[in-house]
Amino acid sequence: MIVKVHLSSHVRAYTSGARTVEAEGDTLAAVLTDLDRRYPGLRFRIVDEQDRLRQHMNFFVGGKSVRDLKSPVAPGQEVHILGALSGG
Amino acid sequence: MAKHKSADKGKSSKSSAGKAKRASKKAGRTVAKATGKASKARRIGLLVGTVKGAFYLGTDNKRKKWKLEGPHFLGNEVNHWVLDPRTRKTMLVAAVTGHLGPTVFRSTDSGMTWKEATRPPAFPKAAEGQQAPAVKRTFYLAPGHESQPGVWWAGTVPHALFKSEDDGVSWDPVVGFNSYIEGLRAKNEMYFGETPGGAITHSILIDPRDAQHMYVGLSTGGTFETSDGGRTWRGLNQNVSVVDFFPEKFPEYGQDPHCVVMNRANPDRLYQQNHCGVYRLDRPGERWERIGENLPKKVGDIGFGVVTHPRDADTVWVFPMDGTEVWPRTSPEGKPAVFKSENGGKSWKRHAKGFPSEQGWFTVFRQALKSDALDPLGLYLGTTAGEIWVSRDEGESWKPVVSYLPRILSIEVAER
Repeated sequence: MIVKVHLSSHVRAYTSGARTVEAEGDTLAAVLTDLDRRYPGLRFRIVDEQDRLRQHMNFFVGGKSVRDLKSPVAPGQEVHILGALSGG
Repeated sequence: MAKHKSADKGKSSKSSAGKAKRASKKAGRTVAKATGKASKARRIGLLVGTVKGAFYLGTDNKRKKWKLEGPHFLGNEVNHWVLDPRTRKTMLVAAVTGHLGPTVFRSTDSGMTWKEATRPPAFPKAAEGQQAPAVKRTFYLAPGHESQPGVWWAGTVPHALFKSEDDGVSWDPVVGFNSYIEGLRAKNEMYFGETPGGAITHSILIDPRDAQHMYVGLSTGGTFETSDGGRTWRGLNQNVSVVDFFPEKFPEYGQDPHCVVMNRANPDRLYQQNHCGVYRLDRPGERWERIGENLPKKVGDIGFGVVTHPRDADTVWVFPMDGTEVWPRTSPEGKPAVFKSENGGKSWKRHAKGFPSEQGWFTVFRQALKSDALDPLGLYLGTTAGEIWVSRDEGESWKPVVSYLPRILSIEVAER
C-alpha cells in the first residue's frame, strides 16, 4: 500500500527538498523502512538503533500522534513526520 | 561543489544532509587550498566545531592574518572536525542536531564534497524485551595508526568506542572495549556517571610506535589502555583522585580525565587534565603524578584542556578554571591565563599578556585548547562565548582573532 508521507524541513535534505513523498507499508515501521530504501540514511536520523523514535521528532498517522513503530497505517491515511517545536 | 552522492547507493543526490554539504562548499575550497600540494609553504587552518555548525579559520605560517569561513553544517552541533594527517585530504565531522540523531559526515577531497556515513556509530540492536543504549552523539574522532590507512576510531556519548576500517563510511562497535566498560559500570555505576554532556568517551590516543597500543579517556570512568588493538583493556588510574564525596579517594577506576594527551616527541609521556587536578605519567610507569599541585593555590589545577609540545615532552600548557564549591568552570577571579611548564610540571609560569586583566570569565572546553607544530609553536583556545584566541609565541602572549561565534566545542589544527 502506497502512503503519502509529509516531512518537515528537518529531513528534507534527504528527499532533495521534497515536502511530500511516497512510501510503501501498512505500519509505521514498514513505511520508515521503505522511506530509508528510497532516501538512504533518513531513518537513522529519526529512529535510533533500538527502534525508539527520536525524542524531538513527532510522528502522526491519520492525524493522530503515535510513538510506536508497530502503529498500523490504514488505507487512505497519511503520515506526517515533523520536528517538535523545540530548539534554541 | 559536486552534488552530494548518497552514501548508501552511490546515487547522485542532494539529499542526506545535502544542505549542510552544499553549505560546506566554501569550507572545502578553503581547506583544499590550505592543504593543497600546489603551495609548498606550510599553511595551517583551524577546524572549529560549535553548537551551531562548523567554521574554518584559515591563515598562513605567519599566523598574523586570519580569515573566517562558514558556517558549515549550519544548525548541527559539531563536536569534532578532524583532518586525516595520513592523507591530508580525508576529513570527518561528528554532528548531531536538536531533532535528528547523530551522524558522521566525511570528505575525501579536503572538504570539497561531503557524504554521510552509511552506517554511523550505533550500538547493536537489543534482543526482544531487552534494553540497550543508543548513541547520543559522536564526541571524539581519531585517525588510526599510520600503518592502518582507512582506519578511524570514534568515542561516543554514552561511553563506547567504535572503529571504521573504510575511512569512516561504516562503523562497528569495539566489542572488547564496550563490554569491558559495561562490565565495570554494572559493578559500580557511580564510577561511570554522566557529566553535563553525558558519559563521554574521548582522548583516543594511538601509540605511533605500535598500532596495537592505545589509550582512551572516559568522563567519567578513568583512563584505559589496550595493547592488543582494543580486544582487552586495563585501567591506568593509579594515584589519580576522584571527587571527595566518593567512597574511595584513589579507586581503581571512576576518575574523570577531562583530557588526556600523549607527547609526540616521547609517546611514553602522558599528561591529563582531570576533574581533580593536572597529572603526568611516564610509561612504563603506572602511577600518575599530580603536577597541578605546583600551580598557585589560588588558581588551582582544575580545567578541561591540556596541550603538550610536539618537540619537547617537558613542555605543557593548561588553562585553569575555577573548580571551587559549585564548580564555576571559568577563569579564576575573572583573570584568564595560560600556565606553562617547561620541566614536566615541576614549576609553572603564568602567561596572561593580551587577555583581559579583570572581568574575563573564560570557559574553554576540553577539545578547544590546541597547538600547531610550527616553530615557534602556536596555541589556540576557543571559548564558550565564541571567541578564538591565538598565541604565536608558545603561549606567552595572546590575541583574539574571532568573536561572536556560537559556543565553541572543539578546535583542530589542519596543518600541511
